[in-house]
Amino acid sequence: MKNVFTIARRDFRAYFTSPIAYIVIAGFLAIMGWMFFFNLSHFNLQNAQYQQFNMGKGISITEGIIRPLYGNMNVIFLFMVPFITMRLFAEEKKLHSIELLMTSPVTLTEIILGKFFSSLALVLVMLAFTTVYPIVLFITGNPELGPIVTSYIGTILLASCYLSLGLLFSAMTENQIVAGALTFATGLFFWLISWATQTVGPVWSDILTHLSLISHYNNFGQGIINSSDTFYYLSFIALGLFLTHRVLDSFRWR
Amino acid sequence: MIQVTHLTKMYGPRMAVNDLNFEVNEGEIVGFLGPNGAGKSTTMKILTGFMPATQGNAVIAGYDVFENPVEVKRNVGYLPENPPVYPEMQVCDYLEFAAKLRQVPKSAVQASVRNIIEKTGLGDVQKRLIGNLSKGFRQRVGLAQALVHNPKVLILDEPTVGLDPKQIIEIRELIKSLGRDHTVILSSHILPEVTATCQRIIVINKGLIVAEDTLDRLTTRLNKGLIYNLVVKNPATEGIEALRKIQGVRSLTQAGSKLVVEMAPGLQESRDKVIETAVQKNMGVLEFSAERVSLEEIFLQLTTVEEAMGENV
Repeated sequence: MKNVFTIARRDFRAYFTSPIAYIVIAGFLAIMGWMFFFNLSHFNLQNAQYQQFNMGKGISITEGIIRPLYGNMNVIFLFMVPFITMRLFAEEKKLHSIELLMTSPVTLTEIILGKFFSSLALVLVMLAFTTVYPIVLFITGNPELGPIVTSYIGTILLASCYLSLGLLFSAMTENQIVAGALTFATGLFFWLISWATQTVGPVWSDILTHLSLISHYNNFGQGIINSSDTFYYLSFIALGLFLTHRVLDSFRWR
Repeated sequence: MIQVTHLTKMYGPRMAVNDLNFEVNEGEIVGFLGPNGAGKSTTMKILTGFMPATQGNAVIAGYDVFENPVEVKRNVGYLPENPPVYPEMQVCDYLEFAAKLRQVPKSAVQASVRNIIEKTGLGDVQKRLIGNLSKGFRQRVGLAQALVHNPKVLILDEPTVGLDPKQIIEIRELIKSLGRDHTVILSSHILPEVTATCQRIIVINKGLIVAEDTLDRLTTRLNKGLIYNLVVKNPATEGIEALRKIQGVRSLTQAGSKLVVEMAPGLQESRDKVIETAVQKNMGVLEFSAERVSLEEIFLQLTTVEEAMGENV
């Protein structure tokens, strides 16, 4: 565990000694800020219309702001995570610094976990900045706390899935762009896979819905922590990390 | 300290290392010598546990490289061909990271980093980013990371590549001084390097050990004649004829006042006889010196002999 921390700490610091962290965080927050502004003004407009035409209670903050905001955040992560993970192994291979890790008395699992947690830490930093949106909502209105918390849990799990995918592709190549592109394409595929559910018949529809990364997020967005969703995400992460281990190990045997 | 038996490594169908057997004793400095692509780096990568062998065994400090890689890695410091450094890190941060990774106890990390910075002469650049350092300093940082945990065995892949002559001498001195408490294997395709630092030489070509011995014995083993330069004031024909007749003199060529004498190895008396004769014949000896057979020649001979044998098969 100490080794995992040593490696994670170095990689986390490396994000901040290169421009990556600043660019990713700034880009992410700029887009999220715009989304929040848009959702908020749209929500206000909608509620004003509800009141004007006396159509009843209107929509809740959770439905009108929280759900679309964190739903969109997951899409942004799909775009951002490749930039976070692409260097993790690809750059080490290119610079040969991986030889330091591989010839040190640490196990491959420790190296992979170290890298994974360093990227997860960066995601958590990004998420920490976004807590300003619910804080604004709490100051000006009274949103429900539950869905916000579960949205964060769901987002962390979903982003971790992207991270483990990114780690896998980064381990496969020494070209960062290849790693990033494959991460994005595969992440997008697992996201879009549920689009076909209406046309492929009942059995496949079920399978595809279960495989889709995004369809498992819906419950989290509504304030529900479902064990099958959680299990799906955790097994996706574990599979990604396991395959990373196999890939790196097999490179040694060639 | 290091025992290697029947080590073989295939990259797909290509044989990189072929049935290597050798042993290195504690405190020894052994040079791995061979042309590019001879299998030196591959052997070192196997010894450090970076990659597994296709066949065979390697035991370092009592631990098998394949069965107990973590214990082996604890006892080995490795400088790969390209120093494994992170360009965006400061030298001292990097060495601290390397020390922690190599399981230096937390309380000793700072001290061992300071110690190694001093030893490798990195004091002036310790706060600089590695990416901004020259190749020579980067190489030293690479050497420092291999040494930071004070390992029993040091494996250095071409440690002086890219250094300027002054740095080369410094690093060689450093390696020699390390030989006292560490077992060192270093590889090189630059021959004087190996002569300057190593007690024993393993010549390897195309994945095979072609020769393994001390430099002196390698020279004799090859049955190369010993060459002496004799410079005289008066190169009279009579004197030269007399010299030619001495037993053990294989050939004698004259270039002005300089006589190049080739003699069969192992004949101490005939060398004395040459000088005696020259003095007796009043040739006026100005200089008598032995020309050392260079490792280049040995190397070339060994590797070409090997090839000729291969062709015959």
